[in-house]
Amino acid sequence: MAALDRPEMDVKEGVDQDTVDAVAKLSGKYKYGWETEIEMEYAPKGVNPDIVRLISEKNEEPEWMTEWRLAAFERWETMTEPKWAMVNYPEIDFQDQYYYARPKSMAEKPKSLDDVDPKLLETYKKLGIPLKEQMILAGVEGAEDYKEGERKVAVDAVFDSVSVGTTFKKELEKAGVIFCSISEAIKDHPELVKKYLGSVVPVSDNYYATLNSAVFSDGSFVYIPPNTRCPMELSTYFRINAENTGQFERTLIIADKGSYVSYLEGCTAPQRDTAQLHAAVVEIIVEEDAEVKYSTVQNWFPGDENGKGGIYNFVTKRADCRGDRSKVMWTQVETGSAVTWKYPSCILRGNDSQGEFYSIAIANNYQQADTGTKMIHLGKNTKSRIVSKGISAGKAQNTYRGLVSMHPKAKNSRNYTQCDSLLIGSQCGAHTVPYIEVKNNSSRVEHEATTSKVDDDQLFYCRQRGMDEEEAVALVVNGFCKEVLQALPMEFAMEAQQLVAISLEGSVG
Amino acid sequence: MLEIKNLHVKLENEDKQILKGVNLTVEAGKVHAIMGPNGSGKSTLSYVLSGRDGYEVTDGEATLDGADLLDLEPEERAAAGLFLAFQYPVEIPGVGNLTFLRTAVNAQRKARGEEELSSADFLKVVRERAKTLKIDADMLKRPVNVGFSGGEKKRNEILQMAMLEPKMCILDETDSGLDVDAMKLVSEGVNALRSEGRSFLVITHYQRLLDHIKPDVVHIMANGRIIKTGGPELALEVENNGYADLLAEVE
Repeated sequence: MAALDRPEMDVKEGVDQDTVDAVAKLSGKYKYGWETEIEMEYAPKGVNPDIVRLISEKNEEPEWMTEWRLAAFERWETMTEPKWAMVNYPEIDFQDQYYYARPKSMAEKPKSLDDVDPKLLETYKKLGIPLKEQMILAGVEGAEDYKEGERKVAVDAVFDSVSVGTTFKKELEKAGVIFCSISEAIKDHPELVKKYLGSVVPVSDNYYATLNSAVFSDGSFVYIPPNTRCPMELSTYFRINAENTGQFERTLIIADKGSYVSYLEGCTAPQRDTAQLHAAVVEIIVEEDAEVKYSTVQNWFPGDENGKGGIYNFVTKRADCRGDRSKVMWTQVETGSAVTWKYPSCILRGNDSQGEFYSIAIANNYQQADTGTKMIHLGKNTKSRIVSKGISAGKAQNTYRGLVSMHPKAKNSRNYTQCDSLLIGSQCGAHTVPYIEVKNNSSRVEHEATTSKVDDDQLFYCRQRGMDEEEAVALVVNGFCKEVLQALPMEFAMEAQQLVAISLEGSVG
Repeated sequence: MLEIKNLHVKLENEDKQILKGVNLTVEAGKVHAIMGPNGSGKSTLSYVLSGRDGYEVTDGEATLDGADLLDLEPEERAAAGLFLAFQYPVEIPGVGNLTFLRTAVNAQRKARGEEELSSADFLKVVRERAKTLKIDADMLKRPVNVGFSGGEKKRNEILQMAMLEPKMCILDETDSGLDVDAMKLVSEGVNALRSEGRSFLVITHYQRLLDHIKPDVVHIMANGRIIKTGGPELALEVENNGYADLLAEVE
């Protein structure tokens, strides 16, 4: 969208010019800090039991955790990479990756925004996110989470310089909410971690999840105590920075009885020629009457316009609605990554539990996305709703793959699936692969699917009114995605809308 | 204002000549009407002037205040002050009418190097102008033209025109699909926008629209050319006698 190239146009409704100026000013100053902090300490390339032990050791983990990782690694060695998704990529040499990287010295931890990763600030600036929201995006756990490596440095710094972290932390503690890095949780709350880790996504679940179990370096941990409404939205900002380094986060969210939390996840990565691996696992446990909203804006580097580089994103996300009347809502905006393999799923175990999945997946240039959800109905009167909007442009391939499964005991359950694909240009593809299994006769499953092209008449109409072609495409596509954008928390919706525009740059003409 | 000289246009993908030498000058502040039978090239003229794909200009020129229109992108023509009220306004699902309007207004302001309207200012202006066209708050929120009645769509076109403040407005069969009341409302909207610096080119089949929007000059178009030009009385003549006599005259 051409408008974004002009700094004065970055200001959106509700955003102070001051804020934008502040961000703009800071992003021009970064050069100082950048050079010192880029020095990284790597473990040797490849993965083996020694590397697994080293990661565990660096995180100062107890013995049981090390054993857990080693068992996962042993399992992983017997597994083969899944090939059923509609994605093509060169064979990944899992021994040619770094599995551990961190800045050489903790003393180099940036103390102010001046030292912050410039690309991150540039991204923020391009997105026009106000400083206040940057802090929210920066995540409450930022400061403590430094060990993870470079990716959170920027977040830390933004966070530190304004020191809102402590305020949040106090506020959260007051409510009894635990929000910290998973490495901290392993040390400080072993009983919770032991009880829940791997209980939704078992160690043996799938190739990437098993690898993650062995080598995850860090991630987030959330515990919401019974009958507590988390006083603020929690967010983590993930960023891959170091070269040739695989990224393996582990997120564990536990919503105890009658609690509520909304969790936001944002991701970016710098541009590199070589593809990078990202294999995360997110587990969510939702107890009786609890509700979790999990929103993702995924903007990993998608590779350049010729398909070089980019992130291979193999992610396992699953929520277990264990308690009756529990509820989970996944919302994702997937605009980045060269390859996406991701199916945030809901196990609707409790009676009357509900799962929702709202997704926007944009694939441009040579991007490939194979994404969707699984709704496993186990309990009675369970409900699920799937709204998927796939947008393909350039030479990209976009696949919706979804499973709706009604088990024999899931009497009177309902599913509604709506799956819309939008094509821009004539060289891209959209595919819909719904799997439906119904094993009782009182449940109902509905599936609607549409495929359409961005209409020349719509574009001409917009252009006659003065919008350039990219602006027009962005507007039409944002309209197409509206139902999903509305499901996002306000501050994320704004970012997502801009992202839609940015990721479709150059898709027309 | 608008000057068209010897304009020849064919379909891009077909060997079919549609405009065969159109000459037309619309002076500032004037209302010109173009009437003509189906297939005479009226709508093609409006599309070619606004830059829609699918046509090839084989000869001639069209300028707006001296700027070569045919050399510009559609959005550049819009920013230069050319507005087309569509015969069939396009639906854009999921995009609120207000969002659309604001994006368009600001895109044009940007292109002209002017400052964007703040949302407060924008809302004030839009509400005021919507009111005179009897467009309510609900219609402003609904997605662009989606589920609008014929009358609502055309009123919405005029609202866009009022917001964009173009200097050259082309109305392509704005009266089609309108009942008497809606036509009156739309015409009032157009008349309110008439000013010294703004010209109109009103394309229509029927005299009745011209009862409401009084033209200064009437052109009859047939077979890709303007075959006769006159005052408002020419429209009445067509209304009474049809095009057959005029066509015969030319032959």
